[in-house]
Amino acid sequence: MSEASVNSLAERLVARFGSMLSSVDTRLDQVTVEVDAGDLLTVATALRDEPDFDFSQLVDLCGVDYLGHGQAEWDTGSVSATGFSRGVQGEAAGRFDWEGRPIGIDLPRRFASVVHLLSVQHNRRLRLRTYCDDNAVPLLPSLTGLWPSANWFEREAFDLFGIVYDGHPDLRRILSDYGFVGRPFRKDFPLIGNVEVRYDPERQRVVYEPVTSVVPRVLVPRVIRDDADLEQARAEAADHWQEN
Amino acid sequence: MMSGQEIRNYTMNFGPQHPAAHGVLRLVLEMDGETVVKADPHIGLLHRATEKLAESKPFNQSIGYMDRLDYVSMMCNEHGYVRAIEQLLGIQAPIRAQYIRTMFDEITRILNHLMWIGSNALDLGAMAVFLYAFREREELMDCYEAVSGARMHATYYRPGGVYRDLPARMPQYQESRWHKGKDLKRLNRWREGSMLDFLDAFTDDFPTKVDEYENLLTDNRIWKQRTVDIGVVSPEQALAWGMSGPMLRGSGIEWDLRKKQPYAAYADVDFDIPVGVHGDCYDRYLVRVEEMRQSNRIIKQCVKWLREHDGPVMLDNYKVSPPPRESMKTDMEALIHHFKLFTEGYGVPAGETYAAVEAPKGEFGVYLISDGANKPFRLKVRAPSFVHLSSMDAIVAGHMLPDVVAMIGTYDVVFGEVDR
Repeated sequence: MSEASVNSLAERLVARFGSMLSSVDTRLDQVTVEVDAGDLLTVATALRDEPDFDFSQLVDLCGVDYLGHGQAEWDTGSVSATGFSRGVQGEAAGRFDWEGRPIGIDLPRRFASVVHLLSVQHNRRLRLRTYCDDNAVPLLPSLTGLWPSANWFEREAFDLFGIVYDGHPDLRRILSDYGFVGRPFRKDFPLIGNVEVRYDPERQRVVYEPVTSVVPRVLVPRVIRDDADLEQARAEAADHWQEN
Repeated sequence: MMSGQEIRNYTMNFGPQHPAAHGVLRLVLEMDGETVVKADPHIGLLHRATEKLAESKPFNQSIGYMDRLDYVSMMCNEHGYVRAIEQLLGIQAPIRAQYIRTMFDEITRILNHLMWIGSNALDLGAMAVFLYAFREREELMDCYEAVSGARMHATYYRPGGVYRDLPARMPQYQESRWHKGKDLKRLNRWREGSMLDFLDAFTDDFPTKVDEYENLLTDNRIWKQRTVDIGVVSPEQALAWGMSGPMLRGSGIEWDLRKKQPYAAYADVDFDIPVGVHGDCYDRYLVRVEEMRQSNRIIKQCVKWLREHDGPVMLDNYKVSPPPRESMKTDMEALIHHFKLFTEGYGVPAGETYAAVEAPKGEFGVYLISDGANKPFRLKVRAPSFVHLSSMDAIVAGHMLPDVVAMIGTYDVVFGEVDR
């Protein structure tokens, strides 16, 4: 979308919904609005039905776990008396197993559900984010009544993040195994998993056991660097783009 | 039927080891005689948690995973992912790389549609089309191999361009027990020059090959009996169920990201978008066949452009792309850049983006959240097959059991991307 149409869409959204939108963002020429769970259905219905918006398609819906957002594992800002850190500490999912998983770390609002809408008529996209108020039981209204394509997406977010969609006709797990325990895409779920399977020749069946064959490890630590070198990279890239 | 006797529906298990289930689809069907009352697809048997794995490694190391999502349209998936990273970094690939990407996206589209036409026809009882389609697939896979070294999982697109320029010589078949004499000469007849020469010869010839597939199917009585008026999707249904690509166009909605939200070099090439009328399996078949012809046109234009224009295929920016090997031998800066790039990767500015490409199956989208680190914070892959398959129950209810097979075929599902 062009910058002008992005800004005009953002302005019209603010004019129409006002305080129902807790934030409006137009970075990278993409419109993102944040809506509280209580207002989600009202806003979504208007976005679908009002000819000015006409978002006839729900393109994507996904859960996000914001636990650990912006946290690095390797401090590169300053060198202490002992030198750089080794980068082996941290809370990333690759660091721990099921027993040692971090418990009790919390954010005010950890889970969000992000919806991408598309208006085929106006050729416009919109991103709609809703945070869940309760971290223990993340609960949101279901959008299946407005767009049937939300059905499987919500099942997926329920399966992988444990977000419960109120009003969903058939909220079952979808991607993980029958009888799976845990919410695998949460940031406090270990990358190596919880159980492993093997065939037991004595019992003559497949058995589930705690993971022992894999050790949690991280090959490249998470690093967040000062943006200065990125700015430089972008300037260099812009120069080259002009030369071509 | 005796009066008073109770007749109950029965439940049938279709797959996951059914040849027409296209991989690992388990479909639990509630049947009333031969008629489907309810279809409940069970997916996830191929779930590898690609999105979670991507969170644990630097950005570039996940490009290869994208090939393995929809494993018959590899480079289109790479394109979606690479575009998301480029948007967040604020960089753009050089123009020659854009044309190479456009060309390979279309090669990929033909590869995908050939696989689809072959396997769909095979499901519905036409064996020969499969053999015909694989003949041309082989030629195009050779292009994949020539350019990347791998026939399928290429990892060829990189943020900032493509891995390397097109080869100056197209590899030839060597003499062996299976390829010799006149046969060998025929196989190598297009391969005397560069890869662009090869593609030029291929695109000249390919329309006659599409005619051959059409000869076998378009007016084939059995094919029409199996597809005409089967699995009709109305335009309203197609929109509500989030359909895209040939599924949406087959229902008469003219929507193609290559035209509507152009990326790479699509704004500069000439092509048409075929749309269906009835929204049945037969219309979607016609749409896909015409798309192959249009892709052929695009490839031809790209070949022409690439012949006339030389230039870099990768950004000369060592913060995201590795420096050339020669300069590393003498230049300390280059060596450091190389070391940092391959041990740590590059940081991507905090933010979020959604980048979509028109993959052969529909809209392949990548939603990427970065918090400024060298690894993605969250990667969500929006796979067209996943969305299409979710409408299974709504479309297939009321059809006969064999029509379920026709419908799975026309969805063009690949479980690599449904299950991710």
